[in-house]
Amino acid sequence: MKRLVVLALAAVFAVGACSGGDGASASPELSAPPTGEASPAMSPETSPETSPEASMAAGPTVAAIQEAGRLVCGVKFDVIAFGFRNPTSGDVEGFDADLCREIASALGVEPEFVEAISANRIPFLQEDRVDVVISTMTRNEERLEQIDFSKIYYLAGQRILVKSDSDYQEVADLVAADVTVCSGQGSTSEVNLRDAGVPEDNLLLTQTYSEAAQALLDGRCDAVSTDDSILFGLAAQNDGLEVRGETFTEEPLGIGVKKGKEDLVEFINGVLDDMAASGRWAELYDTHIKPYTGEDAPEPPLDM
Amino acid sequence: MFGQVIADNFDLFAQGFLTTVLLSVTAMTLAVVIGSVMATFRVWGGPALSGIAGFYVEFFRNTPLLIQLFFFAVVLAPANLGITADPLIVALIGLSIYTGAFATEAIRSGLLAIPPGQAEAARSLGLGQLDTIRLVVLPQAVRSVIPPLGNVASALVRNSAVASAIGTRELLYMGILVNTRTFAPEALLGILFGYWLLTLPLSVGINRLERRLAFAR
Repeated sequence: MKRLVVLALAAVFAVGACSGGDGASASPELSAPPTGEASPAMSPETSPETSPEASMAAGPTVAAIQEAGRLVCGVKFDVIAFGFRNPTSGDVEGFDADLCREIASALGVEPEFVEAISANRIPFLQEDRVDVVISTMTRNEERLEQIDFSKIYYLAGQRILVKSDSDYQEVADLVAADVTVCSGQGSTSEVNLRDAGVPEDNLLLTQTYSEAAQALLDGRCDAVSTDDSILFGLAAQNDGLEVRGETFTEEPLGIGVKKGKEDLVEFINGVLDDMAASGRWAELYDTHIKPYTGEDAPEPPLDM
Repeated sequence: MFGQVIADNFDLFAQGFLTTVLLSVTAMTLAVVIGSVMATFRVWGGPALSGIAGFYVEFFRNTPLLIQLFFFAVVLAPANLGITADPLIVALIGLSIYTGAFATEAIRSGLLAIPPGQAEAARSLGLGQLDTIRLVVLPQAVRSVIPPLGNVASALVRNSAVASAIGTRELLYMGILVNTRTFAPEALLGILFGYWLLTLPLSVGINRLERRLAFAR
């Protein structure tokens, strides 16, 4: 019996040691080769016309990712236009997902998608469960204390989503009517709602925005409020819902990276700069966002 | 300072804690009522009543609480049955029905532990079925039923956390709210401590009650 226990413990440790080298959490054996040396995993197609080549050179994090052969991205799976898993094909589609693909291809690795909901995306980064978070995440002071952000890849704003037959036009109407407003647990949106005057007890916070839309549809709340980018998707998916009102916040969306991985942030910023210059950013906007806003691609908001 | 976050947000934690207490006490009371009725059906009911009670127990005991709560939240919502939009009421209903299934089994085992001679003696003295149950069997069953019901109550306190998923502002919901707004891990410790503050006295209290009600067989 004792031998069995020892064998079992040995097996557990062996599995633990083997699985310690995935993605960005490099174990000593898998750590980065010295920078400047061409590692076999680095793809020769890493675009030669990349402007600041220095920022795209392999720092330790970038090299570790290339060694692992994949970039693990935390994205939303239920936000149309940004991170949405197609139920038939199983592929993750959207602006955020395509950004992941662009960065992965610049790194010469495969993109891998993990669902990151608002409440767990920062812990996932800090636990190295994902390399980057691209999930309609607003860059703000509070989050900058916890993680690093890339340049801004999209400028969203908070508005309200209501039933088409209701009279609410602006967030002020919701405050005046003292009604229940839905938003996401752990999001900046719920903080903004409190700042706009919605009382604490009138907030119904759910774990995903699809649950919030469901609550709006069956009358448990009178409005859903968050970034318009998310609201457009919810309106597209459900008949009888409309996005209304002036944007009452400015939400700069950035790509989240764990602190201490400056080389990865530099690399990502390099990819974003390329995409802005080459028109690729505008292409992605037209593919994913334009169908819901009807507006042409604005200037990429990178340096906001 | 460690724990500062809890002090700063004490009103939120307190609201959550009190809501959990309210949910637990009310749902347990209702669960015991439901459980007593259903257990009586199963032990003394005819095939119809026994069948209904059996289905109730096997369904609500063997399906996930979370799904039951989502289901009740949608079905009771204004656009459907129109009974309530308040997640607290939904949680109360859902938790009572779920816990009632476990309470039924606890009470049933207590009833079956009473020697049949007791009921027979009561009947032979001329007491009707209802009076026999009410005056002779149930009071004796209370002793054997307290420990398993104590476990059911403790499980209920911990299960009430699931209600946070439908927006009920109980301890887990409020604790997570503070945690995501402040990024302070102490908030999570506050949640654990809050539940412990409820389950530990419960467990101690049940033990004391058990000893007081014990008698030599």
